[in-house]
Amino acid sequence: MSADRLPPQVLAADESNDRRQGTPRRGTGFLTEPFRLGTTPSSTVGPYLAIGLTWPDGPDVVAEGTPGAIWLRGRVFDGNGDLVPDGMIETWQADPDGRFAHPDDPRGAVTTPGFRGVGRSHTVPGGEYAVRTLKPGRVPDGEGGLQAPHVDVSVFARGLLDRLVTRIYFADEAAANAEDAVLRSLPDDASRATLIAQPSADGYVLDIHLQGCTAKGMDETVFFAV
Amino acid sequence: MLPRYLREPAERRTPVAYAGYKSTGLRAPLRTPVDLPHRLTEITGPVLGEDMVTAADADLTLRQGGEAQGQRIIVYGRVLDSDGRPVPHALVEIWQANAAGRYRHVVDNWPAPLDPHFDGLGRVVTDDLGRYEFTTIKPGAYPWGNHHNAWRPAHIHFSLFGQAFTQRLVTQMYFPDDPLFGQDPIFNSMPTTARHRAVSRFDLERSQPNWALAFQWDIVLRGQDQTPFETDDDGDVA
Ligand SMILES: [Fe+2]
Repeated sequence: MSADRLPPQVLAADESNDRRQGTPRRGTGFLTEPFRLGTTPSSTVGPYLAIGLTWPDGPDVVAEGTPGAIWLRGRVFDGNGDLVPDGMIETWQADPDGRFAHPDDPRGAVTTPGFRGVGRSHTVPGGEYAVRTLKPGRVPDGEGGLQAPHVDVSVFARGLLDRLVTRIYFADEAAANAEDAVLRSLPDDASRATLIAQPSADGYVLDIHLQGCTAKGMDETVFFAV
Repeated sequence: MLPRYLREPAERRTPVAYAGYKSTGLRAPLRTPVDLPHRLTEITGPVLGEDMVTAADADLTLRQGGEAQGQRIIVYGRVLDSDGRPVPHALVEIWQANAAGRYRHVVDNWPAPLDPHFDGLGRVVTDDLGRYEFTTIKPGAYPWGNHHNAWRPAHIHFSLFGQAFTQRLVTQMYFPDDPLFGQDPIFNSMPTTARHRAVSRFDLERSQPNWALAFQWDIVLRGQDQTPFETDDDGDVA
């Protein structure tokens, strides 16, 4: 094909407009960053999570009858202030001595028999979650101090393309809460209040608001990027 | 030394909200999440092993005393962290629709048949090299109400704990070259640079003659940051 028959898009193609101006044509041959595999992207649990994610003992961070056991309860709300009936929460926490059931805890294993640290509760049928557990102890904060007793929480639901992470603190730990680095990093008391569970008849209660709902006077829960 | 876990930049992660996926509208938080430094609670996590599974949980094709209908497949791969290290002895939970695209769930009522020998639940624990394997049925596509004529591409839901709270992952595995990808907002919510990591690879070599096709899918959890922080014996991090 002669040049006069080539279309303008072909004739105009040269290296004057490519995207590597000012950079070497090839790399140096040395890795300038550590080699890493890209992580697998998350997705929603969808509406049918109960098929795969139900454990008969899901809510039992400790077994029934464990001395000192409490229930952590709450409801999960959406941006209309309506209950979320098809979500799931998972909890992860230290035992009453502040130790984790995990080999990376440098202070040694959990000392409380039967304490597994993890709980899982679906919000069916009424939008309420509930886990039976022991109130956690204080945990080192990595800066020479102690964190207030807390529970890390993951929230999963249809309509969430990644899990949400939040924390549960305890209202009757005012002194510890006041010096907790995470709570102190929040902008105001209203934000902190979304993380603080109140004492109830059989433990503590804290509702989770995926979004705020001004009409019903509900604040969005503080969520964390981990 | 306590580990810290890598934070994948936002542009390489699935956003919590995606406009095309309607259910995110009232559920995904509107405020920016607060950065949570990785301390003991985050670098530890549930250790869930063999006591969570039975041998029968790895084969979804034999339930209630009979064989499930549909295309028998093997889904296998490795669970790794982003440094390429295997994640051994880690719980992998899956759930999926049957060959007709129907879930055994009270909320799923679209007119496709249930299969008495398929409940769609699988569980395994990874081996010393981080490997997992399921025998199952290729799930069917199914319609949903997100937009007109919306169909989910065939997929299997996966849930993994890894070894730390930071590594927790729930996701969906897809099959190669599905023509439904283009119209699916859940697939397209994943950043273009990461989407291919959710798609399995057809593996003729691992397919079993006269028995089952095979699909390979490796799952990559967040690895550890290169600069661990110091700790003394009482776990107080310096
Ligand atoms: Fe699904």
